[in-house]
Amino acid sequence: MSNNNIVEIQELIKQFPVGGGFFTALKDINLKIEIGEFTGLVGPSGSGKTTLLNIIGGLDSPTQGNVNVLGIDLGSSSHNKRATLRKTKMGFIFQSYNLLPVYSVFENVELPLILNKVNSNERKKLVEQAVEWVGLTNKLKSRPNMLSGGECQRTAIARAIVHKPALILADEPTANLDAENSHQIMKIMVCLNQELNTSFVFATHDEKIMAYLRRIIHLEDGQIVKDEQIKNPEMGEKR
Amino acid sequence: MLKFILKGILRDRSRSLFPIIVVALIVALVIFNRGFLVGTMNGMFRDTAVISSGHVKIMTHSYQEESQLMPNDLALMNVGEITEILGLKYSDYFWSPRISFAGLLDLPDEQGETKSQGPVMAIGIDFLSSESRQFELWELEKRIDSGHMIKNANDALVGAKLAEKLGLSLGDQVTYIGTTMNNAFTTFNFTVVGTFNLGMGPLDKQMMLVDIEGARMALDMNDAASEILGFKHDLYYDDDAAVAIRNQFNAVHSDASDIFRSSMIALRDANQMGAMIDLVDWSTFIILGIFLLIAMIVLWNMGIMSGLRRYGEMGIRLAMGETKGQVYRSLILESVIIGTIGTIIGTLIGLPLTYYVQEVGIDYSAAFENLNSSSLIMSSVFYTKVTPDLYYIGFIPGVLATVFGTMLAGRAIYKREMAQLFKELET
Ligand SMILES: Nc1ncnc2c1ncn2[C@@H]1O[C@H](COP(=O)(O)OP(=O)(O)OP(=O)(O)O)[C@@H](O)[C@H]1O
Ligand SMILES: [Mg+2]
Repeated sequence: MSNNNIVEIQELIKQFPVGGGFFTALKDINLKIEIGEFTGLVGPSGSGKTTLLNIIGGLDSPTQGNVNVLGIDLGSSSHNKRATLRKTKMGFIFQSYNLLPVYSVFENVELPLILNKVNSNERKKLVEQAVEWVGLTNKLKSRPNMLSGGECQRTAIARAIVHKPALILADEPTANLDAENSHQIMKIMVCLNQELNTSFVFATHDEKIMAYLRRIIHLEDGQIVKDEQIKNPEMGEKR
Repeated sequence: MLKFILKGILRDRSRSLFPIIVVALIVALVIFNRGFLVGTMNGMFRDTAVISSGHVKIMTHSYQEESQLMPNDLALMNVGEITEILGLKYSDYFWSPRISFAGLLDLPDEQGETKSQGPVMAIGIDFLSSESRQFELWELEKRIDSGHMIKNANDALVGAKLAEKLGLSLGDQVTYIGTTMNNAFTTFNFTVVGTFNLGMGPLDKQMMLVDIEGARMALDMNDAASEILGFKHDLYYDDDAAVAIRNQFNAVHSDASDIFRSSMIALRDANQMGAMIDLVDWSTFIILGIFLLIAMIVLWNMGIMSGLRRYGEMGIRLAMGETKGQVYRSLILESVIIGTIGTIIGTLIGLPLTYYVQEVGIDYSAAFENLNSSSLIMSSVFYTKVTPDLYYIGFIPGVLATVFGTMLAGRAIYKREMAQLFKELET
C-alpha cells in the first residue's frame, strides 16, 4: 500500500446474521483514504455508514475483503492488536458524546492518555492544549451534566484529539446539536485537520457537515454509488 | 488507572453506595451470627461443664451406666488419693470431686412438724478446700442473690425458686431426707445461708448446692464421690485435648471384669454435646456459604443493572483502545475496592454489636419459661463472643460476593459483539 493511504479497502463485504440467513450491509466496497483527508460517508439511513466506520475503526470485522488501516491488516489482526491501534492512533466521536458522567472535562480528556501510559505532567500539558483547541479552558473542572450539548461534543473532540491520533472517526457528530453549535464544531475539526494534519472520516447525512467536506463518498444500500471531491468547501469561503 | 477508578467509585454513588450497603449489612450479619453461635455454644459448653460434665469427668464404670439414677452405691472410693494422682498425671487440668444426690427437703416449724416439703436435687461440691476454684467456676459472686457463700460443711445454697416454693428464709434449718450410699434411710440438717439464681429455669426450681463434706456426712460417703470433674486451668473447653486424655485414661483403666473401674468421659460425650460441637464447626461454613450466595445474587443483579447504565462507558473505553479483558478486569478491580470498603464498614458495625451483646447479653428467660426440658442445660441469657476470626471473616462473603457478582454481571461484555455495544450506546 502506498504510504500516503491511511485507509485501504478492497472488495469488502459485511454481512450480519439475521434469523436463519444473512443481511448484507456492505458489498463491493473499494476505497482509499489518504493522510490528511477530510472525508464524509454520506447516505440515507440504513445505507451502511456506521457499519463501514466501525469496520475502519476495528470495532467490527469484515466478512470478506481486505481492510488495511494505518498499515495494519484488520482482517487478520487480533482483538488486542486492533485495540492497540485504536488506543495509539485513532480517536472516536459519537453522536451521543459518550462522556463519562462522573468525571470532569479534564479527566474525560485525560483518559486516552492514561490508557497510553503518558506520565502525569505530560498529561496535564496535553489535556490543557486539547481543551484550548476546543475553547473549553474555563470548563476544565465541570462535569458533563453541567455542560451544554455543544460543550459536551467539544469535550468529546478534545478527548478524541488529545493523544494526537492520525485518524479520527466521527459518527453523526452534529446530530444532537443546533445549527450554530454544529458549525462551531465543524470549524474546530477543520482547524485540527489543517494544523495537525489529522485525517477525519465522518458518517453523516447532515447537510451542514457536507458543506465542510472535501470529499464525499455516497453510500446506498451498502454500496458506494458516488465518490466526489469538493473543490471549495465552506470553510474556504468563511475564513 | 487505579486512581481513576477510585474517583469513579467515590463520585458515582449509584454505582458504589448500594453494593457497599448490601455488603456491609451482610458482613455485619455474618459477624454477628458467628459471634452469636460461638458465644451461645461456649456458654452452653461452660454451663454444661460446670453443672454436669466438667471438661472431662471420671466415674466408676457402673455408675456411668446408670448415672441418670445418681446411684451413689456405685460411687468412687479413695477419692483423695485418686484426685492427687490425677493432678500429677494430667497437670493441664484441675480435679474436683462431687456428689450428686436427690431426696426430699423438709422445712420444720418450731414444734418440728413439717411446714413445707419438696423434692430436691443436690450437688456436694468441694467449695471449702483452699485450692478450690468452684466459687469462680459457678460464678457465684453474681449468682448468689441473697445471703452469702457456704462457709461450713452443713451450709446450703438453695435455688431461689425452690426457696420461694418452700418458703425458706436465710438461717432456716432444713432437713434433707434420703438414702446413704449404703441404701440406708438418712436425714441431715443443713442451714440455708443463701439463695442463687443460675438463670436456668428447671435448675433454679429444684437445686441445692452444699459443700462436699456436708454431702459426705449426709450420705455416709467418707472419701467417696459420685464423680471427679476435670477442668482445664484456663477454663476454655478444648475438644481435641479432652478427647485425647479421655482415650488415654480409658486405655489404662480397661479391665472389663472390674465394674468399679474408673471411666472417663469428655464434655462431648454428655448430653449430645458432641453433635453440638460438630454443628458449630459446620454451621459456620454453611452460614458463610448461604450469605455468600445471597450477597452474590444481589450484587450480580445490581451489577447487571449498573452495567446496563454503563454500556456507554464500556463502549467508549473499548473505542479508546482498551480490550474487553482490560475493561472486565477494571470492573473487577472496582468490585474488589467496593467489596473491601463494604466489608470494612460491615465489620465496624458487626464487631461492636457483637461485643455489646457479649458484655450485656440477650435475655430469653421469658421465652424459656415453659421449656422444662432439663436434659439440655442451657442458660436463658445468650451472650455472643468476639473471637479473633471475626476481624477478618467478613472478607470472605464481602469481597468474594462482590467479585463473583461482578464477574457474572460482567460476562455481558464478552457475550456482546463490540459493535453491538455501540449500537446500544447510540440509543
Ligand atoms: N448487528 C447488526 N445485525 C443485523 N443488522 C445490522 C446490524 N448492524 C447494522 N445492521 C443493518 O445494516 C444496515 C446498515 O446499518 P448502519 O447502522 O451502518 O446504517 P447507517 O447508514 O449508519 O444508518 P443511520 O443513518 O440510521 O445511522 C442497516 O439496515 C442495519 O439494520
Ligand atoms: Mg449510523
